[in-house]
Amino acid sequence: MIIFASIRLALRALRRNLLRTLLTMLGIIIGVAAVISVVSIGNGAKKQVEAQIATLGQNVILVLSGNVTRGGFSMGFGTAGTLTQPDLEAIRKEVEGVVGASPEVRANSQLAYGNQNANVQVSGVSADYLDIRAWPLKSGDNFTEQDVRGATKVAIIGQTTRKTLFGDGDAVGQTIRIKNAPFVIVGELAPKGMNMMGSDQDDIVLVPFSSALKRLAGGTSFRSISVQAADAKLLPGVQHDIDDLLRQRHKIQEGRDPDFLIRTQQEISNLATSTSRVLTVLLGSVAGVSLVVGGIGIMNIMLVSVTERTREIGVRLAIGARTRDIMMQFLFEAIALSVIGGVIGIGLGAWVSGQLSGVMGSPTVVAANSILIAFGSSALIGIVFGYFPALKAARLDPIEALRFE
Amino acid sequence: MTPIIELRDFKKTYKTGEIEVHAVRGVNLTVAAGEFVAVMGASGSGKSTLMNTIGCLDRPTSGAYLLDGVNIGRLERDDLADLRNQKIGFVFQGFNLLSRTSASENVELPMLYRRPAIPARDQRRRALEALTKVGLGQRGDHTPNQLSGGQQQRVAIARALVNHPKLLLADEPTGNLDSRTSIEIMGIFQELNQMGMTIVMVTHELDVARFAKRMVIMRDGRVVTDQAVEGMSIAQVELARLDAEQKAVNLAP
Ligand SMILES: Nc1ncnc2c1ncn2[C@@H]1O[C@H](COP(=O)(O)OP(=O)(O)OP(=O)(O)O)[C@@H](O)[C@H]1O
Ligand SMILES: [Mg+2]
Repeated sequence: MIIFASIRLALRALRRNLLRTLLTMLGIIIGVAAVISVVSIGNGAKKQVEAQIATLGQNVILVLSGNVTRGGFSMGFGTAGTLTQPDLEAIRKEVEGVVGASPEVRANSQLAYGNQNANVQVSGVSADYLDIRAWPLKSGDNFTEQDVRGATKVAIIGQTTRKTLFGDGDAVGQTIRIKNAPFVIVGELAPKGMNMMGSDQDDIVLVPFSSALKRLAGGTSFRSISVQAADAKLLPGVQHDIDDLLRQRHKIQEGRDPDFLIRTQQEISNLATSTSRVLTVLLGSVAGVSLVVGGIGIMNIMLVSVTERTREIGVRLAIGARTRDIMMQFLFEAIALSVIGGVIGIGLGAWVSGQLSGVMGSPTVVAANSILIAFGSSALIGIVFGYFPALKAARLDPIEALRFE
Repeated sequence: MTPIIELRDFKKTYKTGEIEVHAVRGVNLTVAAGEFVAVMGASGSGKSTLMNTIGCLDRPTSGAYLLDGVNIGRLERDDLADLRNQKIGFVFQGFNLLSRTSASENVELPMLYRRPAIPARDQRRRALEALTKVGLGQRGDHTPNQLSGGQQQRVAIARALVNHPKLLLADEPTGNLDSRTSIEIMGIFQELNQMGMTIVMVTHELDVARFAKRMVIMRDGRVVTDQAVEGMSIAQVELARLDAEQKAVNLAP
């Protein structure tokens, strides 16, 4: 008997008991839909994190100050400032392959323009910060090396802060007060959106780090330095050289923990995605278990069906069906159950993840490979859980099957 | 010429635990092409066991069975299936049609397992031919529960004939039918036999057995009588007689 005939036979048998067929499929439908939507949430989160990591800039290495325990890296950075301006200059001059380096000095500061007030994160950076982070200006200009050297009171303003202070008005050329010191706005940043922690990166004011140290934060140290390498291939070398350089400069003995931490983008992204990956795997396996439960449901119904149709099997055997023919008939029935259930489940899962993305306000991505895997695994479940009932049917003795009441 | 059926000292013993049941205890039987044999005997005398072996549904415990010259004792399960498909047509007491499946699809069933495969269009044509032969050419779309018992048995006969077998086997084909339909079914059997079909049928009723040409009677797993039927019944004649009888009591118009 040809395969096509087996499939037709299977579909006809399933149509004959439509309600039972649908109920049996339900397990697979729910299982596949659960897998698809869970994985799509995971994929969406990963995509989002990757996109945000990319906003850090290209080929960037982050040097963080402070005694941060290994593996316990928090995105809040260490507090003790151990990185200094000489460190920055040394990295710029002595490490090969470095095209830019900018420190970051943070100060949460009160801003005022006219009668508008805002409490905003003010970051002290160097002139190449915008290049490193690939952050274009919307209007105006960047501040210069001179501004940094002279600790000039100039500022670049992010879109959100601009809206708070100026509404729809123009910001460039205006003077705002940061902790009561007047700063002239020279440029306006293009919008960047949220970072991976979900905070608004556009609610920011950039000033020369020298001005930030002098007028806003106090002290002489940086919480971090972003270093940009000329090429991705140079990153490991640059990372290693910075490590050597800073250990030497900070007089860290061999084998001791340094008072700084170097992170590449890849490491940051790995850290950020690992949590969501663990969660995805966990939820995915729960969903996978429900798939197996669906498979057991199919096996159960197929066994009932084989018993119910013992006489039919007897007739088929009597008129010349081979063992394989009967085997195929019932196996295809189980596969049809699980594959049709799987396809419906994929559709349902895609729909659910669309809804979830709306509810959670974060993107979900139904990837082609998760559809393929869901399809393949439902077919596999049909084969695995349909095999035993089909074998039972195929091994029936024709005489006994014909006599079955 | 090779006989269609040749049984040599055929024995069949069933073992259920410790107990051995000798269902057939040594039967020698030869059936030539074109014969119409009725097998009779008390319940448990081994008729069905004999038929199952003749129908290649089972193999002898000892002795030999040659179907159309082929010794089936040495064949595998799937070879037996192929043999049944090609050489034997079965008619069962309970009709054994697939429910909720149209008459023509039921008739097509044996062609589904035919090797080499028969094209779908030919399958439909042959099913219609077979149904026409048993007088149900117009009822191909009807499912078994839309047909009377006699009509269902006709569909079963059409199914048995569709692969052009050499041998038609029927185990109590009229067991579930009234006397009129029984005679009609026997009429079909006689017609087929006249066209050359070899038929072996089990029956409990002497009236039914009398439509055959030869009668084999079994007792305790052995053949005790094997003889030609004297004064064989003719279906048309019996039908006419039944009509007359029924008219007399206003049972028929
Ligand atoms: N599968 C089996 N296992 C054990 N014993 C069996 C089996 N099949 C038949 N028998 C026994 O073999 C004997 C012959 O049975 P068989 O069915 O051939 O009788 P039969 O002549 O067809 O009877 P009936 O007229 O009631 O149909 C009986 O004693 C029966 O109990
Ligand atoms: Mg019997």
